[in-house]
Amino acid sequence: MKPLSRLRVSGLSGLGLLLAGLVYLWLYLPIMLLVMNSFNASKYGHSWQGFSWKWYEKLWGNSALIEAFTNSLTIASLAATGATLLGALLALSLHRYRFRLRKLSSGLVFVVLMSPDIVLAITFLIVFMALGIQLGFWSLLIAHITFCLPFVVITLYAQLRSFDPYLFEAAQDLGAPESAIFTRIVLPMLRPAIAASWLLSFTLSLDDVIISSFVTGPGYEILPIRVFSMVKVGVSPEVNVLATLLILISLVLVCLVPWLLKRKA
Amino acid sequence: MKFTPTFRQLAIWLSLSWLAVFVLVPHLLVLVTSFLTADPSNLAVWPLSLDAYARLWDPVYAGVLIDSLYLSLMATLCCLLVGYPFAFVLSRFSPGVRAVCLFLMIIPFWTNSLIRTYALKMLMGNKGLFNDTLLALGIIDAPIRMIYTEFAVIFGLTYILLPFMVLPLMASFDRLDRSLLEAARDLGANAWQRFWRIIVPLTMPGIIAGCLIVFLPAMGMFYVADLLGGARNLLLGNLIKNQFLVVRDWPFGSAASVALIVLMAVLLWAYFQANRRVSRRGGLEDENLT
Repeated sequence: MKPLSRLRVSGLSGLGLLLAGLVYLWLYLPIMLLVMNSFNASKYGHSWQGFSWKWYEKLWGNSALIEAFTNSLTIASLAATGATLLGALLALSLHRYRFRLRKLSSGLVFVVLMSPDIVLAITFLIVFMALGIQLGFWSLLIAHITFCLPFVVITLYAQLRSFDPYLFEAAQDLGAPESAIFTRIVLPMLRPAIAASWLLSFTLSLDDVIISSFVTGPGYEILPIRVFSMVKVGVSPEVNVLATLLILISLVLVCLVPWLLKRKA
Repeated sequence: MKFTPTFRQLAIWLSLSWLAVFVLVPHLLVLVTSFLTADPSNLAVWPLSLDAYARLWDPVYAGVLIDSLYLSLMATLCCLLVGYPFAFVLSRFSPGVRAVCLFLMIIPFWTNSLIRTYALKMLMGNKGLFNDTLLALGIIDAPIRMIYTEFAVIFGLTYILLPFMVLPLMASFDRLDRSLLEAARDLGANAWQRFWRIIVPLTMPGIIAGCLIVFLPAMGMFYVADLLGGARNLLLGNLIKNQFLVVRDWPFGSAASVALIVLMAVLLWAYFQANRRVSRRGGLEDENLT
């Protein structure tokens, strides 16, 4: 049935491939422009004025920007780890346990998923003010963990549901405590989904602008806040360099992830 | 069995209290704040008042609301027009190719969306690549003004939000039972009929989910409006951000957010309705069929 249906759309596929190609070109064109301009001697990047490392040197001298950059990576990796751990516990309790507030739990996850960033941002700001939490590292971390949480829960919950339920029952009948079921059965079986959730959380955290702008504090600045003040008024070639570095890091990660997964398996 | 209650309680209580403290309480606090009185030094104080909501109807702010509804709607339509055929093409690939394609769509996210918006700003400048190309091709004689227009904002929103449209659409296409298309074809439906009477209705949950995930956040993306639309208050997000971080009128900012939440609730209701309709029509989600 499948090959047949594929044959029948073959007329579409030429056009379809063209469309997909154009969309990817569109998605990557702005980024490629940034990479190119990071090596461009011209400040405004309107034309190519020769190859130069000078913006890399300039970034190296901009310690505030570099600090914001490393802070962003720190928050992203810590938030991804926290969200994955908390999300795993949440997904497991939603899947395995029947408790009174289960509906509330899943409902709240759904609320986070659906609330636009700007709404989440002000809810975080208000609660941090009410609780007296200083805006800075902790407020950023808590906010990032929370907005990544639903994506982790959805990924892991879907995976848990695809498992054979008898597996858990068998473990239980053989006397395994809940904590052992979690560490010896659930976590190993979920490993690919956990890796995927971590990566997704990391991605979302790095990409965020809106929530971070509300819960950041003067003591702990992350990339989007720093960059926002730089690009709002004019052009800053250091940002091109940063973008190039970020792309380089993503390329390394892209190559590293399959290798890591293979090694563990 | 000693660990059973401990671990179970730990899992439930840790996750539940996190959600309560950082999701439930904050949302309630926004609702409460929206009914308080603004106070420059204490942000929001008693007594309760409806001032904030009354100000939403002020022509200036109502104008922002209408503008941002229009811009978000246009961005959502553009995302749908590009994303629907794109998701369709992607869903036809083998699982391996599709995974690579999805990954390629995610990678740009690692370059922060603010930086990507900045890239768009350079593309659309008077001496940017778009104008240069059009001039070189002889399509235009003088640079067109693209940056700081509503077009630029719609373009930017579409660019940033497209992946959020594509993902739910792909999930929908995955669930589409291909044999229904074959049956329709065998029964004499032409391509047009198959598209409008089978593919579109059956992927409606994906369409609505995608529109929801694009439309609502689009209204909040203040940095896109700031960078590409100039210094005007174009989006609801700009308004809310200004009220919270600049003017410090928290009740009014909260009221604007509550308006957004109400809109969200209405759209979610539509989404669940669409889901139910598809199940009744015998999509794959209908448990009576599988």
